[in-house]
Amino acid sequence: MTISRRVLLAAPGALLLPAPTRADQQKLAAALRDFTGGQPMREGRVRLDVSPLVENGNAVPISVMVETPMTAADHVRRIGVFNERNPQPIVITAQFGPRSGRAFLATHIRLATSQALVAVAEMNDGSFWSQRVEVIVTLAACIEG
Amino acid sequence: MARVLLRVPTMTEKGSVIEIRALIQHVMETGYRPNAQGELQPRDIIWTFTCRYGGEVVFNATLSPAIAANPFIAFTTIATQSGPVSFTWEGDNGFAQTETRHITVT
Repeated sequence: MTISRRVLLAAPGALLLPAPTRADQQKLAAALRDFTGGQPMREGRVRLDVSPLVENGNAVPISVMVETPMTAADHVRRIGVFNERNPQPIVITAQFGPRSGRAFLATHIRLATSQALVAVAEMNDGSFWSQRVEVIVTLAACIEG
Repeated sequence: MARVLLRVPTMTEKGSVIEIRALIQHVMETGYRPNAQGELQPRDIIWTFTCRYGGEVVFNATLSPAIAANPFIAFTTIATQSGPVSFTWEGDNGFAQTETRHITVT
């Protein structure tokens, strides 16, 4: 991924934001553990697509693709998307099978602030794969009453 | 009834992977937002979305308050046979809606 001028210009602002607290990280870790049942998670195979600089946190398009032939012998069972600093760490979970054809999921989500997103895929052999993406949000969701 | 936008191919080849896009009108109130009186507005979200193809569940998603208003979901499935494809949304306060489209597989 190349860093665009846009992201570079937003970077000083991002530096001023408070770093994720320990509580945020523990909440995310607990949600991931719930999803994986404590199994180890490996980086790779999962591609989480989201704009690195989000102008409006109220509706952020994201998509998740997993490298797999989606055959009976090798397919994705579940995909979960998690976040670090929304009020709840869970975003969406979805069930897949060989009839899905592709391991693909797209939706629009809310982001309360700049934070990390994690997409996790559970394969039919019980292994877990993930990708983590950092997102900068300029207009947050949930601040307007 | 909430308005629904569905993109489902009406005709397709057998065995092809089709992409389905579904959007439904809904506030997806998170339960974390205060109203004008400063009280939290109660949660009102759609928490599950299911797609059935010929009666069999081919896709199911569990949503959370982090899903944007008017939830949009896109996914794929294999065109196996001609038949009805139904979409069901269920949520808080007894929200339930089902829409059906017909796919012709050649």
